[in-house]
Amino acid sequence: MTAVPVASKQVGVRWNPRRYFGGMWRHPVARAILKAALTIWVTTTVTFFLIRLMPGSPVELKIDELIQSSNGSISYEDARAIASSLFAIDLSAPLYEQYLSFMWSLLHLDVGKSFLSSGTSVTSIILAVLPWTLFSVGTGLLLSFVVGIGLGLLAAYRRNSLLDRVVSTGGSLVSSVPNYLIAIMLILFLGVQARLVNFTAMRGAYTSGMQPGLYPAFIGDVLFHAAMPITIYFLTQLGHWILSMRSATLSALEEDYVTAARARGLSDGRIRTAYVGRNAVLPLVTQLAISVGFIVGGAAIIEQIFAYQGVGLRLLDSVRQRDYPVIQGIVLLTTISVVVANLAADLLYSKLDPRIGRAGGAGG
Amino acid sequence: MSTAILARPTVAQRLASPLLGAVEFLRMLSRRPVGLAGFLGIVFFLLLAFVAPLFVPFQNDPSLLDIYLTPSLAHPLGTDFQGKDVLNQIVFGGRDILTVAIIAAFLSTLIAITFGSIAAVVGGRLDTIIVAITDITLTIPKLILLIAIAAILRPTSFVFLAVILALLQWSSLLRQVRAQVLSLKERDYVEAARSLDLGLFHIVFREILPTMRSYIAIHFILAMTEAMYAQIGIILLGLVPISGSNWGIMLYFAQGQGALFYRDSLWYILSPILAISLVQLSLATFASALEDIFNPRLRGS
Repeated sequence: MTAVPVASKQVGVRWNPRRYFGGMWRHPVARAILKAALTIWVTTTVTFFLIRLMPGSPVELKIDELIQSSNGSISYEDARAIASSLFAIDLSAPLYEQYLSFMWSLLHLDVGKSFLSSGTSVTSIILAVLPWTLFSVGTGLLLSFVVGIGLGLLAAYRRNSLLDRVVSTGGSLVSSVPNYLIAIMLILFLGVQARLVNFTAMRGAYTSGMQPGLYPAFIGDVLFHAAMPITIYFLTQLGHWILSMRSATLSALEEDYVTAARARGLSDGRIRTAYVGRNAVLPLVTQLAISVGFIVGGAAIIEQIFAYQGVGLRLLDSVRQRDYPVIQGIVLLTTISVVVANLAADLLYSKLDPRIGRAGGAGG
Repeated sequence: MSTAILARPTVAQRLASPLLGAVEFLRMLSRRPVGLAGFLGIVFFLLLAFVAPLFVPFQNDPSLLDIYLTPSLAHPLGTDFQGKDVLNQIVFGGRDILTVAIIAAFLSTLIAITFGSIAAVVGGRLDTIIVAITDITLTIPKLILLIAIAAILRPTSFVFLAVILALLQWSSLLRQVRAQVLSLKERDYVEAARSLDLGLFHIVFREILPTMRSYIAIHFILAMTEAMYAQIGIILLGLVPISGSNWGIMLYFAQGQGALFYRDSLWYILSPILAISLVQLSLATFASALEDIFNPRLRGS
């Protein structure tokens, strides 16, 4: 099955890269970095072929549109040249060169220029909105993680109590309803029926006309505008963390080392944090990374509902205006930021769990 | 499992065992009220979506005099922005949504099971490659990619939409199937099949997968909820060319027409929200009851 040439078997002294690098790739940190790099490469390649090669691809569409909108005064070559500069691809070059130059400009974070506001680079458009999404998603996710872990631990310790029932049932109820439906219901009940919250005032990432900066009024304003998206991310993720932490704690409580710790007379508080809690929380850290991607994706709908100026809303605007370079750039840059978040979680995981940190451990 | 080698079951045995299994299963389910409610909810919505439209006349005439009526006997759930009956739309609006969810769940489960078990059984380089591809698709923010793909491809048919959804969501299940098969393949009966040289196909599909039936059923249901989430999400964003009406399109119009901000239109908006949420809730509670029945150790209590 393995395609090892017969010759290398006979000449045993030959340099065998597997011997040196095989061990290295088994190291979890190296694996995590390799995985991140590979993911980014695959996404960019798929995006390139999606944009460039598909029949009726955005490039072809743009060329047709340019020719039509000029009533034929632009030749096909000229139109292609304009499209080239817009997509940051030299369309007359052979395909592999286009691919290489696409990769090269991506390394410099150059993903072309917007169709609509001519001359504006896609990167600057995205950098203006990405922080807001990362801020709201990150805050909501961390809040739900911390609260959910606490409640899950509590529910597991008071198993079958009233608190356990309320927390677990409530958690599974809220987490199985799609987050955008909860968002619409919040507007419906808090904003329209009860008129408790003025949702129109909360549109945008901050009140327009305010000077961005690190002064209290602005920070308060930013929190006011982000309050609804953060509430949604918090509410809809909370149940997941409670349930996962509850079942992780329950299985950790059955472990021998907990019994051993009890037998040694360690205090309940110490067993709870250092033995049960620590071991139960470990697998959740990897889940945290996966949910970053999930929420950043879901943020598109939430941001649209609350008109919050993040990446998701920008993506939808670009889709509506058929601004393909911006779409492409957002797909690439959000993927990269999610991959980096994953990488950070992987590294954190091997820091938290010393068993994983050593090469040859149970990686993956 | 041993029957596969020793003797073929008789026709009577073949017919009786699933029937007995079903009875036993319902008995187990009836002890879990929440799971039973989920099961009944699923049955109810399947009937509502696929059977009820055969008996109820389709009403599609806008009536400008009846806009945003509150619930009454003639319109139990009120009317929409064109004066159409909301209940009628709910009855006719479930079929497409559930069909897409079922097809997408079926395809993604199929991909995950086939490649997950092959990766686990064959091992070696093929395993490494499949795991690498899975890890990569797992990290890509799916809804963002789905939005971009939907914007470029403009999926006009629901089957096409289901295929796209399936291609995006198989990865987490594949990882779990692989882990499961890895532990199953060390069992004696798999060793026995291997020593009889029954072949990869036989080992995977006749020996290993049948023992994972309940596990696969649970994940099929969870895959349905995932497909529904993504599908209604992109409908809500207006990325699926509008044709006909379904729960997602109802919500899309409710948002686009500003119905959200009329106090009288509460039931019009709440109806599709409740329909979708109840389907999702039923699926989720049924799945967790199944997990409880087939794998009682995992959940505790």
